[in-house]
Amino acid sequence: MNKILEKEYFSDKVVKLVVENPLIAKSRKPGNFVMLRIGEDGERFPLTIAGADPVKGTITLVVQIMGVSSSKLVALEVGDSITDLVGPLGKPTHIEKIGTILAAGGGVGVAPLLPIVEAFKKAGNRVITVIAARNKDLIILEDEIRKWSDELIVMTDDGSHGRKGLVTVGMEEIIQREKVDECIVIGPAIMMKFASLLTKKYNIPTQASLNSIMVDGTGMCGACRVTVGGKTKFTCVDGPEFDAHQVDFDEMLMRLGGYTQEEKKATEIYSQNL
Amino acid sequence: MSLNPEYLKEERNQEWRAELRSKTKNKDRILIPRVKMPELAPEIRVKYQDREVNMGLEPEQAQKEATRCMDCANPTCIEGCPVSINIPKFIKYIEGGDILKAAATLKETNALPAVCGRVCPQEKQCESKCFYVDKLGKQSVAIGHLERFAADFERNSGVSNIPEIASPNGIKVATVGSGPSSLSFAGDMVKYGYDVTVFEALHEIGGVLKYGIPEFRLPNSVVDFELENLRKMGVKFETNYIVGRTASFDDLKEEGYKGFFIGSGAGLPRFMEIPGENYNGILSSNEYLTRVNLMGASTSNTDTPVLRGKNVAVVGGGNTAMDSVRTALRLGAERAIIVYRRSEAEMPARIEEVHHAKEEGVEFMTLCNPLEYFADERGRVNRMRLNRMGLGEPDASGRRRPMPIEGSEFELDVNLVVVAVGVSPNPLVPSCLPDLKVTKWGTIVVDEDKMQSSISDMFAGGDIVRGGATVILAMGDGRKAAENMHQFLQKKTVN
Repeated sequence: MNKILEKEYFSDKVVKLVVENPLIAKSRKPGNFVMLRIGEDGERFPLTIAGADPVKGTITLVVQIMGVSSSKLVALEVGDSITDLVGPLGKPTHIEKIGTILAAGGGVGVAPLLPIVEAFKKAGNRVITVIAARNKDLIILEDEIRKWSDELIVMTDDGSHGRKGLVTVGMEEIIQREKVDECIVIGPAIMMKFASLLTKKYNIPTQASLNSIMVDGTGMCGACRVTVGGKTKFTCVDGPEFDAHQVDFDEMLMRLGGYTQEEKKATEIYSQNL
Repeated sequence: MSLNPEYLKEERNQEWRAELRSKTKNKDRILIPRVKMPELAPEIRVKYQDREVNMGLEPEQAQKEATRCMDCANPTCIEGCPVSINIPKFIKYIEGGDILKAAATLKETNALPAVCGRVCPQEKQCESKCFYVDKLGKQSVAIGHLERFAADFERNSGVSNIPEIASPNGIKVATVGSGPSSLSFAGDMVKYGYDVTVFEALHEIGGVLKYGIPEFRLPNSVVDFELENLRKMGVKFETNYIVGRTASFDDLKEEGYKGFFIGSGAGLPRFMEIPGENYNGILSSNEYLTRVNLMGASTSNTDTPVLRGKNVAVVGGGNTAMDSVRTALRLGAERAIIVYRRSEAEMPARIEEVHHAKEEGVEFMTLCNPLEYFADERGRVNRMRLNRMGLGEPDASGRRRPMPIEGSEFELDVNLVVVAVGVSPNPLVPSCLPDLKVTKWGTIVVDEDKMQSSISDMFAGGDIVRGGATVILAMGDGRKAAENMHQFLQKKTVN
């Protein structure tokens, strides 16, 4: 169980893993996430599922090296097993035929966006996708996303691939060009904040998939709480997708920084011991 | 499986019990003062998260305390026990010096005696019904201390009695969750001969016993030993498995499961919904205790961090609040303060925990209620505003209603706040079952006599039904559910 069957480096920092877990492969839906733990001293952390093959009994995870836990996960090789893996968690994305969907993914957020793009396309929508990253190396899953999109725009901060500029530039171009019925955005909190501000300006319903800090992932700890429409919600059981226009992104950004000092110290110790 | 009077009488009339009764006169028994539990000194114990405060009775102390019990003809103490332990029988075995038999007696009806001996609010249960309290106005027999003594004795003896188990009937049943109610259910069902699998969402078995109750009150090794006993009895355990999510109830039915017990607990922590409550450094007791107890965040070799504070306020007056505030002290807090809106008399925490907390230097700000939190420029809490409360007429809980006193507002410097004001039922499992009847609070509706839900092959108990109670009440539910599911499944098989 939880054996790593494939490992592919998208870049130095971004790795795709195909993991054996037949039950989750069968039961997961687009938008769901899993909780992982690497080693007996490891912490629990969430990752959104990037894809699954129910026939082979595998799920796909894409992880960006950020701190100790993601480093430990990436250090696992093909044949190794993930100590603990549980899911699928969170409410799945609400998929139906709506019309034109604008999907926007930033950085490693493109990975969880992929199954959602696929599902919207299969449901009969016109899907236009904008993916963005700092530079060419950090653009991932471009071909896979293209396969399920009627149109794909690639944006990089430095112009090293696709067009130069932030994700919102590509999004606004589409919005001004044609009628968009719904947006979905997944990426770093700051990217989702500005993408949300943009679509709010044009009054387009928008879902954002939040990446809050979690301990158990099952509703127990409340570390993932976020203010949505003035009310406190738990990302793990009420989300992870919320009406982006109602999300207090500034509070979310503040809460994501809640353990910055502890994380920095842990990363230093981890790299010293390597 | 509750104990009927005929059976109790029969057991009481056994020769060894009659002999013990005649050995010491009751008037001599009542002269013995109640034993005092030996404790680790406060100044030492506050330095260790994992050293137990109560050290357990010595054999002589236990035997002497057991002698106080008069082996009443009408043992009212048993009525106070949600799992109907044959209390006089186990105590008389201790008096007679046969401690392993005392332990075996506990296990007849209790799957987790070493746990209950430590965390049950005995003063509100068995001990409150003791003849000493009821008729003599004296301190009760220390039933809880004796229960712990017998269970610990067995664990340390290396001998472990496996209760009698009916021959396997091949019928598969599952529990959802692995906390006290599920374990109690599993223990009884395996005794009836069922093929029992316990499914747990987390990576560890034990539920609140592992993530919630700190090691200074309930060492993990004690829980693990009890789990090992259940394993030896034939109970199977599956971690990282959320029934309804990882696989559906229908999937499990296809695999042959005939009955389900939902003991998924009251997972969701409640907050007060006051301004500033989402600042960093304000967390639920569930999060705080899970980081420390389940994830080992207080030790240096684990990856899970925990925030530490010089001035820690814990909001609430229950056992979880006491566990949190005492954990804060052990993690280096200079001031660890309980903020509670009622007075000490209304605190739901066990008396012993309040007493221990005070000994350790916890400050009690009773009749105080938080109004708002403030933070530094980085969003970390640094101050809270409170007001003082008075007590009005009794409310629905029978306790006097706390009322804010006008103009009594004041501020307190804090850099860590733990909110321990209760929990709500975890929606994760009920949300997978549209046909399952739940209350407006999200608890599962059951027939109280049977613990059967609106779906006939699903029974439920513990906090997912009660919304927030104790380990022992959850265990009582598990036993009741087992007895009734057994009858239900037997009838079904016959038809």
